[in-house]
Amino acid sequence: MLRLENISKAFGSLVVSNSVTLDVTAGQRHTIIGPNGAGKTTLINQIGGQLSPDSGKIFLHGQEITRLSAPLRARAGLARTFQKNTLFQALSVFENVRLGAQAAHGRTYDLFRSWRSDTGVLAQAEQAIEQMNLGRIAAQPVGKLSYGDLRQVEVAVALATSPTVLLLDEPTSGLSPSETAQMIDVLRALPREISILMIEHDMEVVFSIADHITVLYYGEVIASGAPRNVADDPRVQEVYLGAPQ
Amino acid sequence: MDLFLTQLLNGLVYSVLLFLVSAGLALIFGLLGIVNLAHGSFFMLGGFVALSVTAATGSFWLAMLLAPIPVMAVAGLIEVVFLRRLYARSQLDQVLLTFGLSFILTDVTETIWGKGLSSLQEPQGLREGVSILGNVFPAYRLALLAFGFICAFAIWLVLERTRAGSMVRAGVDDARTAMGIGLNVPALRTATFAIGGGLAALAGVVAGPLLGVFSGIDVEVLIPAFIVVAIGGLGSLRGALIGSLVIGFADTLGKAYIPGVSMFLIYFAMIGILLVRPYGLFGQDPAGG
Amino acid sequence: MTSMILPPKQPAARRFVFVAMVLACVVLSPLAVLSGYGLDVITEIMIFAIVAVSLNLILGYGGMVSFGHAAFFGLGAYATVLISTRYDVSPWLGLAGGVGTATAAAIVIGAFCVRLGGVGFFMMSLAFAQLLNSGAIKWRPLTGGSDGVGGLLRPELFGFDLSDAGPMYLFTAAGLVGVLLFMRMVIASPFGHAMVGTRESSLRMDAIGYQTRRIRLAAFAVSGAIAGLGGALYAFYNGFVSPDALSFGMSGMILLMVILGGKGSLLGPVLGAGLFLSVKNIVSTHTSHWLLIVGCIFVACVMVCPDGILGFGKRLFRSGERR
Ligand SMILES: Nc1ncnc2c1ncn2[C@@H]1O[C@H](COP(=O)(O)OP(=O)(O)OP(=O)(O)O)[C@@H](O)[C@H]1O
Ligand SMILES: [Mg+2]
Repeated sequence: MLRLENISKAFGSLVVSNSVTLDVTAGQRHTIIGPNGAGKTTLINQIGGQLSPDSGKIFLHGQEITRLSAPLRARAGLARTFQKNTLFQALSVFENVRLGAQAAHGRTYDLFRSWRSDTGVLAQAEQAIEQMNLGRIAAQPVGKLSYGDLRQVEVAVALATSPTVLLLDEPTSGLSPSETAQMIDVLRALPREISILMIEHDMEVVFSIADHITVLYYGEVIASGAPRNVADDPRVQEVYLGAPQ
Repeated sequence: MDLFLTQLLNGLVYSVLLFLVSAGLALIFGLLGIVNLAHGSFFMLGGFVALSVTAATGSFWLAMLLAPIPVMAVAGLIEVVFLRRLYARSQLDQVLLTFGLSFILTDVTETIWGKGLSSLQEPQGLREGVSILGNVFPAYRLALLAFGFICAFAIWLVLERTRAGSMVRAGVDDARTAMGIGLNVPALRTATFAIGGGLAALAGVVAGPLLGVFSGIDVEVLIPAFIVVAIGGLGSLRGALIGSLVIGFADTLGKAYIPGVSMFLIYFAMIGILLVRPYGLFGQDPAGG
Repeated sequence: MTSMILPPKQPAARRFVFVAMVLACVVLSPLAVLSGYGLDVITEIMIFAIVAVSLNLILGYGGMVSFGHAAFFGLGAYATVLISTRYDVSPWLGLAGGVGTATAAAIVIGAFCVRLGGVGFFMMSLAFAQLLNSGAIKWRPLTGGSDGVGGLLRPELFGFDLSDAGPMYLFTAAGLVGVLLFMRMVIASPFGHAMVGTRESSLRMDAIGYQTRRIRLAAFAVSGAIAGLGGALYAFYNGFVSPDALSFGMSGMILLMVILGGKGSLLGPVLGAGLFLSVKNIVSTHTSHWLLIVGCIFVACVMVCPDGILGFGKRLFRSGERR
């Protein structure tokens, strides 16, 4: 589904991606873990098209997308969430999600019709809202939401674009235990037509969702494989036990 | 050859004037994050105050010394009374505020001094020509050049060698750190706005003998100064210097040698440069930095 | 299911009749009470209201702060006058040409401007307007230089001579109502929402699959076209146009109207244009300190009610409701 080949990126002398190669297979729940500043977000930014790698290639569904702009990648089925809130503050939750649905299915350059008339988009948006259990706050402006709700809206907007590959940047960071449990349930309930590549710090979340884990350390992949194998990997243990986290 | 040298000199002189105006604009943007649309008004005010001072004392030097002071006071007051309340708001609000203030300053200026086009007299002793290598140059313009370089050097010294200067260079991003090491950021902002205004006023004084003093010169100066900072990169002093030279020469030489398109030249220069470098020669992408 | 999430729709037919009746009363009543001069004043207000509405589209909804909107207003006016007088064709063709020229210019200028965000956009739009202003002054044979060009005679419409204040007033009112209806439609369209999304976060819009530059450019072009219509009407109204129509001051005035009335609302700019020109007309007959008063009003507006009179009114209304 999604394949990175030798992706490298440096900010000045700081190497944030060091020849990263990574495969997300169809339906996989692939999790990237690694200490703060390991280059996880930077990697997601390169996959999403917000940053371009210095070298290496990215493939989506077998097609190279390394030079494709972010919106075109999104249309090819790639959706992502952001670690930092970049939602449409002045709009309601529903409108945020609806814009996600409109991107994929709507007639964006149609000036002569009300947004209400596009029932396909509305249905898509409502489905995403229901998937994330956001019905209760759908009409509220995003600027007024709690942090936990924002994390869920993030995912809803991404889902509304009906992606085939979903990139999640720390979807549970800052959530309360009950909100985290809810997020786990929601993510587990997503259909396997969607492959997921997820950054996560919370090991409980990782182990309850992931079927594949990649460990990133100073921009380098130091381990990748099934959860049990990765957890037993001596280098990973060294990084996680040796370096204070 | 003579003519060409004269044009070069004129280009340099215009660059100096532009630099005095745009340096303040750049400093203000760098530290306060404000595009100051009232900057031309400070320039104009400087010229008019200088007119009054020379009328009363007969001394151009005194005018140079005194005229920037009331303008700095006005600028400082504007920062304390108005701008200070707007830092938390959008950039649009700040731009608009200075735009409204420029209206008020224009009206006040016209009420006190009238609209009339008047010219400042060059100071005694600088009215003649000076001959160098067989070419005769107007003494005042040469003096202006020297003065411009002194000013540029002084600004550079303050920015590089003083603690407050290094703060201004670091910009607003580090406002909190600055507070931490005991620098008074609000005072620094007031001072920067006042000094930027004072520099513009000083430019207004020294430009008086060349461009005249009249209502409307504010916009005539503001727009090229904007172009200078847009080319150089907003908030960058080095950018203001390079931009001033680019625009100063492009405009002067354009008027002399290709009069048909000279009026457009500075705009083409700006559009061309921004096409290649959207944030100017020394500017940084605000999102990426 | 839908009702839970979507705000309820208004009963369309009854609302439409109501709005149409109110509109008719508002438009027709000045005809009954005002003289020719009074109608002229309102006509001018409505022309600038159209221009302010056009700027509001990119400023209020698109988040693009243009300090060069006079470019499209002025181009529309110049093209209308020039086409009608130089080529001796019907002023209607001139009007069409005015709108077309402004639209074409907006597409070209927009292509440069929308690449930049924030202050860069502001500077770039300003530079282009100044460029055109210089062009109008310099290109004497075509534009008459700083004296401007005139000689446009208002045409007839449906047997009414637009040279009379009444018909011209009605024609302009029809134009304004048309523009407002169009704006209302655009704001509620998928495109309008995409525009607001781009204003709120272009990073997010990019990430979910919108080509934000293209959206901004399209908005810019539509806005330029409407401003061009305003300019063409101004040419009809005045019969004459000078480089002032392309000036820094004109751009500033249009911006002022939008901010004063309230950006990001349908009627705010109309209110702003009305208020600005009324104050200007009243104040300038009594005192020469017109700039001072405008400046003070504007500063007060920015300090106290940055969302304009309309926003201020709404806030008052809401705080009244709460009590
Ligand atoms: N635009 C940039 N310019 C320079 N350095 C950057 C930039 N973006 C990120 N960095 C640096 O790159 C490194 C990796 O950052 P990144 O955000 O990818 O880390 P991360 O693994 O997502 O960390 P976290 O767990 O804290 O989210 C950090 O040291 C960061 O400071
Ligand atoms: Mg991160």
